[in-house]
Amino acid sequence: METLLWALLLVPLAGAVVNVLLGRRLPRQVAGWLASGAVALAFLIGVMATLRLLALPAEERAYVTPTLYTWALAGRFEVPVSLLFDQLAAVMVLVVTGVGFLIHVYSVGYMAHEPADYDFRRYFVYLNLFVFSMLLLVLGSNFVLLYAGWELVGLCSYLLISFWYTEPQNAAAGRKAFVVNRVGDFAFALGIFLIWSAFGSVVYADVFEAVGGVAPATLTAITLLLFVGCTGKSAQLPLYVWLPDAMAGPTPVSALIHAATMVTAGVYLIARASALFAAATSTSAIVAWVGVLTALFAATIAIVQVDIKRVLAYSTISQLGYMFLGVGVGAYTAAIFHLVTHAFFKALLFLGAGSVMHAVEHGAHHAGEHVDPQDMRQMGGLWERARWTGITFLVGAAALAGLPLTSGFFSKDEILAGAFLEGHVLLYGVGLLTAFLTATYSFRQFFLVFAGEPRSEAARHAAESPRVMLVPLAVLAVLALGAGLVLGWPPEHGIIHTWLEPAFAVAREGTKAEGGAGLSPMTLLLISSVVALAGAGLAYGAYVRKAVDPAALSVRFRPLYVLLWNRYYVDELYALLFVRPFFGLARFLADVVDKLVIDGAVNGVATVTAGAHALARRLQAGYVRVYALSMVLGALLVLGYLVYWGR
Amino acid sequence: MNTLGFPILSAVIFFPLLGVLFIALIPSDRPRTIAQVAFWTAAIDFALSLVVVVNFDATSAAFQFVEARPWITLFGAPVITYKLGVDGISLWLIPLTSLLTAVAVLFSWGSVTHRVKEYYILMLVLCTAMLGVFTALDVFLFYVFWEAVLIPMYFLIGIWGGERRLYATLKFVLYTMAGSALMLATIVYLALGMSGQLGTLTFDVQAWYQVFIPPTVQRWAFLAFALAFAIKVPLFPFHTWLPDAHVEAPTAGSVILAGILLKMGTYGFLRFAMPLFPLATQELAPVIAGLAIVGILYGGAVAFAQRDIKSLIAYSSVSHLGFVMLGLFALNAEGMSGGVLQMVNHGLSTGALFLLVGMIYDRRHTRLMRAYGGLWKVMPVYAAFFLVVALASLGLPGLNGFVGEFLILLGAFQANRWWAVFATFGVVLAAVYMLWLFGNVFFGPVKDPENAHLPDLNRREVLALVPLVALIVVIGVAPNLFLAPIQPSVQALVDRVNSAVMVMR
Repeated sequence: METLLWALLLVPLAGAVVNVLLGRRLPRQVAGWLASGAVALAFLIGVMATLRLLALPAEERAYVTPTLYTWALAGRFEVPVSLLFDQLAAVMVLVVTGVGFLIHVYSVGYMAHEPADYDFRRYFVYLNLFVFSMLLLVLGSNFVLLYAGWELVGLCSYLLISFWYTEPQNAAAGRKAFVVNRVGDFAFALGIFLIWSAFGSVVYADVFEAVGGVAPATLTAITLLLFVGCTGKSAQLPLYVWLPDAMAGPTPVSALIHAATMVTAGVYLIARASALFAAATSTSAIVAWVGVLTALFAATIAIVQVDIKRVLAYSTISQLGYMFLGVGVGAYTAAIFHLVTHAFFKALLFLGAGSVMHAVEHGAHHAGEHVDPQDMRQMGGLWERARWTGITFLVGAAALAGLPLTSGFFSKDEILAGAFLEGHVLLYGVGLLTAFLTATYSFRQFFLVFAGEPRSEAARHAAESPRVMLVPLAVLAVLALGAGLVLGWPPEHGIIHTWLEPAFAVAREGTKAEGGAGLSPMTLLLISSVVALAGAGLAYGAYVRKAVDPAALSVRFRPLYVLLWNRYYVDELYALLFVRPFFGLARFLADVVDKLVIDGAVNGVATVTAGAHALARRLQAGYVRVYALSMVLGALLVLGYLVYWGR
Repeated sequence: MNTLGFPILSAVIFFPLLGVLFIALIPSDRPRTIAQVAFWTAAIDFALSLVVVVNFDATSAAFQFVEARPWITLFGAPVITYKLGVDGISLWLIPLTSLLTAVAVLFSWGSVTHRVKEYYILMLVLCTAMLGVFTALDVFLFYVFWEAVLIPMYFLIGIWGGERRLYATLKFVLYTMAGSALMLATIVYLALGMSGQLGTLTFDVQAWYQVFIPPTVQRWAFLAFALAFAIKVPLFPFHTWLPDAHVEAPTAGSVILAGILLKMGTYGFLRFAMPLFPLATQELAPVIAGLAIVGILYGGAVAFAQRDIKSLIAYSSVSHLGFVMLGLFALNAEGMSGGVLQMVNHGLSTGALFLLVGMIYDRRHTRLMRAYGGLWKVMPVYAAFFLVVALASLGLPGLNGFVGEFLILLGAFQANRWWAVFATFGVVLAAVYMLWLFGNVFFGPVKDPENAHLPDLNRREVLALVPLVALIVVIGVAPNLFLAPIQPSVQALVDRVNSAVMVMR
C-alpha cells in the first residue's frame, strides 16, 4: 500500500519532469500521450489502492504511510512527509485522476491546433504538474502538506489561465486568480498557526483526536480562518471574483481545474476537517449560509450571461455553493457525492462548450467570418451540425438542472434534504429557489446553443469535433447520467453512503437526522423533481416555444437586468475599494514617503553634517576622508562621554 | 575545539587572497585568464567551505573549528585575539558566501570589460572580508572585517557602477559607517567595563558572554549595536541607501550586496546584540518586531510601485529582511530557525534574481520594466529560470522561501498573534509585486522590436544559475537537511535570551 500511494503521487510528477527534460527530443503528439498515460497510470494505481482499502473492514479503512522523511523540524514544530489514504481520499483520487485522464485525452485533440510544439508541451507539463499537486493536496496526512498542494494547484491555475499569455487580459486574469487566492491563503495560513498553537501538531490524526480538549472559541476561530481559505480556492462569496475571469484559460483547463477538481478543494478541506467543523457549530452555520447565498447569487448572474463559458463559470460557483451548504449542515456525504457528480457533469459541460467553440471556430474559418466563438448569441442550430456534442451537452445540462434520475438530481436533492431534515427550512428554501434558477439557466444555455436556426454564418458552417474529443465527452455523459443511480440509490443507503459514512462518523455523532416538518425524503425528492422540471420548462417556453420573450423581460425589468448583466458590479466595487487605493497608496509611499520623507531625512542629516565640515572640505580633502575623520572624532567623543559618565 | 587538526576556517577565509596574489602576477592584457583564476579561486573556496559543512557536528550548539591566536597584546596580556569559530547560526553563511562569489564572478566574465584585474581582485578581497565577518569570535576582529567589507564594495560600485554611482556609493559607505561608529564606541566602552569582572581587557566574545551586563547598559549598548546592524539589514526606516546602491551597483555587486552583505546585519543581531544584551533584547523585541512588520508591508507596497526592476527587487529585499528580523525577534526556536534559514534562502533567491536582471540588462541595457514584455516567447529558458526564482521569492511551497517564511510566521504567531496577522499579509503583497514583475516582463505581446530577437541564455549563464536554482528546490523539498544543524545553536540562543529575563524577575 505504501509503495502504491507514493507511486500514485509521483507518477504524474514524473510525467511532467520527463516532458520538461526530454520533450524537445520527442515528437509533439508523444508529449500529450505521455502526459495522458501518466494520469491513466495514476488512475489505475488509485483503483488498486481503493480495492485494497475495500478489502479492509469498514472502520479500518484509513491508511497512513510511514513517514518518508521529516520535512521540517524546528523547535516543537514538526512536519512529517506521509500520506493518508481513506474513503474520502479514495473518492477524491479517483475523481482527480479519472476525470483528469479524460481531460488529458480530450486536450490532445483540443490543443492540436497550438502552433508551437513548445507551447503544446508546456500545456501538458502544467497539466501533469496540476494532477500531482492536487494529489498532494488530497493525500497529505497533515495541514502543511495540504497547504503545499493547495498553493501548488494555485500556481498551475495561474500558469494555465495565462497560458495564452500574449493577450494581456489573460495574463491579468491569471494574476488576479493567484492574488485573490493568496488573500484566502493568508487566512488559511493563520488557521494552521492557530491549529498548531492549540493542538501542538499539524498532523490530522493528532488534531482530530484532541478536538474535545480545545476551547470552543478557539475551534470557531480555527474553522473560520480555514473557511476563508476555502472561499478563495473554491470561489465563494466574497472571494469568488477570480473564477469567471479564469475562463481565459484553455477550455479543458476550465473543465479540469476550474470546475471538476481544484475548486472543490475547499469542500474537501472542510470534509477532511469535519471533526473540527462539526464541533464549531457557529462556523458551520456560516459555511451553510455563505454556501447557499453564493449558490443563489451566482445562479442569478448565470441566467443573463451570453458567454458560453461564463455561464458555466457562474454555474460552478453556484454548485460549489451547494456543496458548502452540504458540509455546513453536516451532510458531508451528500456534499462529497455532489462533488463527484458535479465533477462529471460540469467537466462534461465545459468540454462540451470547448467542442462547441471548436465547431463554431471551424465554421467561422469556413465562412470567413469573425465571431466570438464563446458568444451564444452567435450560435443556435448546432444540434444538426454537431450531434454528438449536442447529445452529450444535453445530458450535462440535464444533470446540472437536476432533472429526475440524472446524477445531479440525486446529489443535489440529498444536500437539500440534509438541510431540510436538520431543520434549516430557510436554507432549504433558498436552495430550492436556486435549483429552479439552475434548471432555467442550464436549459437556456442548451437551447441558445443547439436549438432553432443558426444566428451566424459561423454557426451555419459549424462542424463536429474530432473523435479524440468526442470519446471523453461520451464517457463523461455516461457518468453524468448514471453515476447518481449507481452510487446514490437508494438515498442514504447507496454505495457512496456506505463507503463514506465511516469517514464522517466522528462529525456525525449526535446529529441524527430528525424529520423536520414531517416531510419524508421521498416527498422532498418529488419536490426537487417538480422544481427542476419547472425550471427547464420555463427555459423551453422562453427559448424554444417563445411563449415568453426574454428580451421584453429584460426591458421591463431593466434595472434588475442591468444589475445582473454587470454581475452586481462586484468587480467594479473591489477595484474601487481595494485595487485602486492600493495602487495609489503604493505610489504615495514610493514617491512621497520614501523619497521625500525618509530619504529626505537621511540626506538632510548628511547635508547638515557636511555643512559643519565645510571648513575641512575647503582644505581639499576628499569626501571620504572627511567623513572618516568626522566619524572617528565623533566616535571618540561618544566614547569619552560614555567612559566618563558611564562609570 | 577544532576536530580537524587543521585551521580550516583560516583556509576558507584567506584562500581568496591567494587567488588575489596569483591575479596580481597575471598581466592585465589577459583578462580571460584573470577571470578564470578568479572563478576557480572562488570555486575551490566553495569546496573548502563544504569541508566545514561536512565535518560540522549538527548536534552541538558549541562553536566548532575554533582557532585562537593572540593578535595584539598590551602589557603582556593578549587584548585582541585572532579567534574564529562556526556554529549553527553561521554555518550556512560560509558556503553561501563562497558560492555566491563564485557565481557572481562567473557571471562577470560576460559583462566586465574594463579594469578587469582590479575588479576580480576586489571581488576576492570582498569574499575574504565577508567570511571573516561570519567567523570572527573576537569583537574587535569582527569589527575590522565588518569595516573591511566596505572598502571593496565602495570601489565595486564606484568604478563599475551606473550613472549615479558616486552618489550611491557615498551614501552606502557613509550611512553604514555612521551606524558603525557608535558601535565601535560601544565596543570599546564594553571592553573597558568588562575588564574589571574578567580581570583583563579582552574582546573575546565568548568571554563577554560570561559577563552579566547591567540592564541600563544593556539597553544603550543594544541600541548602539542595533543601529549599526539595522542599517545593514536594512530595517525600516534605515533602508533608503539600499535601492540606490542596488540600482547603481554592477550586477555582481548587487548579487553580493543582497545575497550576503545584508545578512551581516541580521547575523550581527544573532551573534552580538541578542546574546550579549538579552534583557534589552526582550525589552526591545516588540519595537524591532514592529519595525520589521512595517518593513514587510511597506517594502512590499513600495516594491510594487517601482518602475526599475532592480529597485523593485531591492524593495522586495526590505520586505524579506523584515521577515527575517521578525523571525529572530519572535524569540522562539521556530521563528528564529526560520529567520536563520531565511537568511540563506534570501541570499539564494535574491542573488539569483539580481543575476537574472543582470543577464537581461547586458542584452538590452535598460532595467525599466516597461521596456520589456512578451519575453517568454523570445527567451523561454530565461523565462523558466526567472519563474522558478520569482516563485521561490514569493514563498511558493516546494521552494525554499516558503519554509523560512512559514516558520517565521509560525514563531511570530506564538509571540504575538497580531504580529503574525499583519506580517502574513506581506505574503499577499509578495505575490502582487512578483507576479506584476513577471507578467510585465514575460507576458503580453513583444512591444519593442528590439526585444524580438534577444538571444536566450548561453551555457555560462545557465551554469551560473543552476546551482542556485538547485539549492532553491532542494531546500524547498527537504528543508530539514538545512534546519537540523541550525537547531542546537538557535535553541541555545533562545534559551539564553529568555532565561536572562527569568533571573531579573
